[in-house]
Amino acid sequence: MSKQRVVFAWAALAPFLLLFTIFMVYPLIQSAFLSANQTYGPGTRTFVGFDNFTNLAEDPLFWKSIGNTILYAMGSLFIQLPLAFGLALALNSKKLRGRSFYRLIFFSPQLMGLVFVSILGALAFEKRAGLVNRGLAWITSNPALLEIDWLQSNIMATLILISLWLYVGFNMIYFLAALQNVDQSLIEAAEIDGAGAWGKLIHVIFPAVRPVATFVVLLSMIGSLQLFELPFVLLDGSGGPNNKGLTIVMYLYQNGFEIGDLGYASAIGWALAFMLIGLALIQIRMVRREELAK
Amino acid sequence: MRIRTPNLKILSLHTILILLAIIVLFPFIWLIIASLKSQADFFSGMFVPPGDGLFGLGWDKLTLDNYKNLFELGFGNALINSVFYASASALFATLISAATGYVLAKSRFRGRSFITLIVLGALIIPPTLLIAPSYELLYSLGLLDSIWGLLLPTFAPAFGVFLFRQAVSQSVPDELIEAARIDGCSELTIFLVIVLPLVRPMIGAFMLITFLGMWNNFISPQIILQSESKQPLSVAIAQLRGVYRTDYGLLMAATVVSVAPVAALFLLLQKQFISGLTSGAVKG
Repeated sequence: MSKQRVVFAWAALAPFLLLFTIFMVYPLIQSAFLSANQTYGPGTRTFVGFDNFTNLAEDPLFWKSIGNTILYAMGSLFIQLPLAFGLALALNSKKLRGRSFYRLIFFSPQLMGLVFVSILGALAFEKRAGLVNRGLAWITSNPALLEIDWLQSNIMATLILISLWLYVGFNMIYFLAALQNVDQSLIEAAEIDGAGAWGKLIHVIFPAVRPVATFVVLLSMIGSLQLFELPFVLLDGSGGPNNKGLTIVMYLYQNGFEIGDLGYASAIGWALAFMLIGLALIQIRMVRREELAK
Repeated sequence: MRIRTPNLKILSLHTILILLAIIVLFPFIWLIIASLKSQADFFSGMFVPPGDGLFGLGWDKLTLDNYKNLFELGFGNALINSVFYASASALFATLISAATGYVLAKSRFRGRSFITLIVLGALIIPPTLLIAPSYELLYSLGLLDSIWGLLLPTFAPAFGVFLFRQAVSQSVPDELIEAARIDGCSELTIFLVIVLPLVRPMIGAFMLITFLGMWNNFISPQIILQSESKQPLSVAIAQLRGVYRTDYGLLMAATVVSVAPVAALFLLLQKQFISGLTSGAVKG
């Protein structure tokens, strides 16, 4: 390579390398050191070795936050994704008019950022004043429903419902793209063999959309396990009554920025990172195994 | 029971889809209408309060007072901050990602595969892992409560480098670059005049992704910025709720102000993306 090209290459790389090293590589290395320390605010480290991790293993609140977060993730896995797939199937039917109109409407909640969705959700699920209770009371003509306490006692159900509204359309787009790539001749062949709607779904469509479905499941699990803004806003930064709505990242935030122990927060960060990377590895293995089986 | 008539099947499908569409749209309609209601009218009627106007509704009772109050509380400042942060982040992150992605895709030099590997590796690092150490780093750099502490880390996204590396490999032919070199173009000219226009769809898409990401980012500004004057909408609105918890109209007006600009931007650019992807793509 000519000298001018080498100079240009490094000059073009320099801003990225500099910023990436300072704000990505360095904090990543520091997070390992930090997790072996206790702090009282930034810049006050006391070495504690593996104590953060052994404390974490015995910390009931940490386990509670994991339980809550997994409950939420299961909500997206078993309620949201099947619904998204169902919608995609419905919108994939060629005879249906107004498909792009429906697609835009179902996708539209994605135009709102998570914090703003949280504010809207907090208002909509408010007792008496909120859209949800007033709607329910109006439909059933039962004013008692105005008093349903979504935000405190039923926080997990509320979180799952809001994320249903927010993400169903988003995941539907992926499924729709996958369905549009299903080989039509396979479906026709199945029809000739006398397969009903159910048979086509199980034997032709499911196997064909499986790679995309695996990707969507992984994406949705990674997002769900890092849930923060929604419960943080709905519960005003607390975990809610009996910490029913405490998630892993909320617990990390509370420890690092309310208590000031960045070391313990880093340990929580590593625990979460291992969960996420483990999840990704399991998914990759599943995809590989399927490819090998073929 | 299976419905045999195809028309009936489509009809019932429409019924279900329209019902779901109404459920999805209701919160938006409620949000916009209730943001125009005074506190006194908030509980009269779920949407537009009853009155003697068109459809027996009190359209004249709708007011912009909530919006006026909102801007008197200094919310306009947060709006300006959000526009500035999101634009600066989108512009620099895209420029730096494009330059880095181009070099990693087309230049052959020592260390290239090592850098590429690290960039790819960074993609699997969950951002939540970096929250605590980044805070400590910004503290020691004296960048807490500074807009640079918020912006600089967003200027070097590994994801952007990955995307532009892919885009350049796919849509910039080596022959074109070689031809330009033979014609005596400088390396900078080649990048600005030949490479960037060829990856224009990716520039548009990535700028939008980064803009939206920064606009909606909550945890970083919440942790890094302390002065009220520096806060973006995401933090300002959460604090507004802390103070004016039961002033529903005010909170709804704040949500509308926070969401309308990006929703408009997305709907506007959606068309440009599609035309950019179909017509703007020059085949090499």
